Amino acid sequence: MKTENQRAWWLVAPVVLLVAFNALVPLMTVVNYSVQETFGNNQFFWHGVGWFQDVLNSERFHAALGRQLLFTAIILVIEIPLGVAIALCMPKKGFWASVCLVLMALPLLIPWNVVGAMWNIFALPDIGLLGYALNAAGFDYDYTQQPLSAWFTVILMDVWHWTSLVVLLAYAGLVAIPDAYYQAAKIDGASAWKVFRHIQLPKMNRVLTIAILLRFMDSFMIYTEPFVLTGGGPGNATTFLSIDLVKIALGQFDLGPAAAMSLIYFVITLAVSWLFFTLMTRNEAK
Amino acid sequence: MARIELDNLAHSYASRPQADSDWALKRIHLEWRDGGAYALLGPSGCGKSTLLNLISGLLTPSQGRILFDGQDVTQLPPDQRHIAQVFQFPVVYDTMTVYDNLAFPLRNRGASPAQVDARVRDIAEMLELSDILSERASGLGADGKQKISMGRGLVREDVNVIMFDEPLTVIDPHLKWKLRSKLKELHQKVKVTMIYVTHDQTEALTFADEVVVMQDGEVVQVGAPVDLFERPAHTFVGHFIGSPGMNILPCEVKGGAAFYRGEHVEAANAGATVNGAAKLEIGVRPEFIRFAGPEDKGGAAVEVVHVADAGRHRIVETRIGQDRIYVLSPEGADIPSGGARLLFDPEKTRVYADGWLAGEQ
Repeated sequence: MKTENQRAWWLVAPVVLLVAFNALVPLMTVVNYSVQETFGNNQFFWHGVGWFQDVLNSERFHAALGRQLLFTAIILVIEIPLGVAIALCMPKKGFWASVCLVLMALPLLIPWNVVGAMWNIFALPDIGLLGYALNAAGFDYDYTQQPLSAWFTVILMDVWHWTSLVVLLAYAGLVAIPDAYYQAAKIDGASAWKVFRHIQLPKMNRVLTIAILLRFMDSFMIYTEPFVLTGGGPGNATTFLSIDLVKIALGQFDLGPAAAMSLIYFVITLAVSWLFFTLMTRNEAK
Repeated sequence: MARIELDNLAHSYASRPQADSDWALKRIHLEWRDGGAYALLGPSGCGKSTLLNLISGLLTPSQGRILFDGQDVTQLPPDQRHIAQVFQFPVVYDTMTVYDNLAFPLRNRGASPAQVDARVRDIAEMLELSDILSERASGLGADGKQKISMGRGLVREDVNVIMFDEPLTVIDPHLKWKLRSKLKELHQKVKVTMIYVTHDQTEALTFADEVVVMQDGEVVQVGAPVDLFERPAHTFVGHFIGSPGMNILPCEVKGGAAFYRGEHVEAANAGATVNGAAKLEIGVRPEFIRFAGPEDKGGAAVEVVHVADAGRHRIVETRIGQDRIYVLSPEGADIPSGGARLLFDPEKTRVYADGWLAGEQ
């Protein structure tokens, strides 16, 4: 006797449809482009893995990837410890706790291209407050001309924009620690460093894993802010992977190589995220 | 180890306490001898945890002094008072092994590795943790973690007092009993003053030599478990301790004799002066009431309402007018149905004036 009823599967249909149209179809279109050559007129020719080989062997891609990795590494090294440090300094309750939280949330509420535009003006050497002040202080600073200045500005902007996220996550982890832990540590005679090392850091473990993952993915895919700020320049100094990708896809309209590059980019992001996650949650599984 | 004195101790969480209710703790005056086992017993919010945190130094009192062996420690921080505290929720350092957890308070105080090792192994032996010293503390159950919390207190040789703040709340019922007897055993072995805070009368009465019963920030009675049971100083103690609690019935006192609903009731302290009391009551525990047989005379005529079987005995609920009287009837004894008469044990029946035991205050 068969009592199973398969009609319930129809209930999943709306979701399948939604996912298909906003994820699978676009992704498959990209896969489709990545293995074909086109000369316009909607004519396509099979090109196999040719574009992938081209991208992987291209010096331009290597350079962009290198810049991207360096940028992300610097961002993580600055933002994670800084975010944790700020969270540790924030009051845990009362009026000032709310004030701090609102202040911290502010940068996150500003649209990305507005952030880029703000810093673009803020850092101008002749009229911007930051640029003018730096030059007045004796630094030779011009982010539109010097690669180092451009990097400095992009990193400063990202730290300003996104450290808040780390702060908020770390703060959430900190306030979740019961008072008894601090009281026990006091009675056990633990120093402030030991409290941090043996209570606060282990209890923040999970939220920090999430913070690192989010900051990795976001900074690895950064586009809008440096695009508005420097447009990838001077030269190619701040041309990160996304900016390069858009240049190839829309600037040069090389659909095949751009599609191949997107897929490689996607796989790298996925692989590194997975690696981070596995490494950071390895201890918990034990 | 130390003798502890609380000298007119009072505490308020409000910055400028005005009304009586602003005070979490009202003028406590107590003295605890060295090496004793004490319990602070009272309902939630009675100020017992506040008192504990004042002794450990996690809070500074609004008024009064705390003395350890005659030395004023009121302003000292917790780590200089040489005390240990076990909290309601087990606190272990997740990143460390059981061994390192136990060693932590010693290492923080700069003990040599040899000293640490000897002490940790000693304490682990006592707490039956020896086999799992190298395991990570985070993997243990609540009872194991609570043992480590206790161990961190016991491991220090200079400890004046170990305080327990409802330590068995999160422990499974079948392990509670084990841990409780372990604690009692440890106390007999190490002879450190221990203060145990709880709202569970069984825990307090089994652990302590002397129980301090608190209500609304005040000490209501200090006494050995048997005193609290047989001679409650206040109707609150009578009602709070015991299951079911003491029967408290309105009464009149005329010429040194107590009357309940016009019937004469013999009471141990009926002769005490009760002049000026607004409220007079008699208190008698369900254990000390029995049903009158045909040969007995007098007694309160009641109606049996409900009988609950509690294993070794039965709890009989009876009614007389508006009053309910509980009777504990031993296993196998006959329980009359419908109408019955109750006899109170004269030695264990007492008169209370305005809540307090008449003739005492």
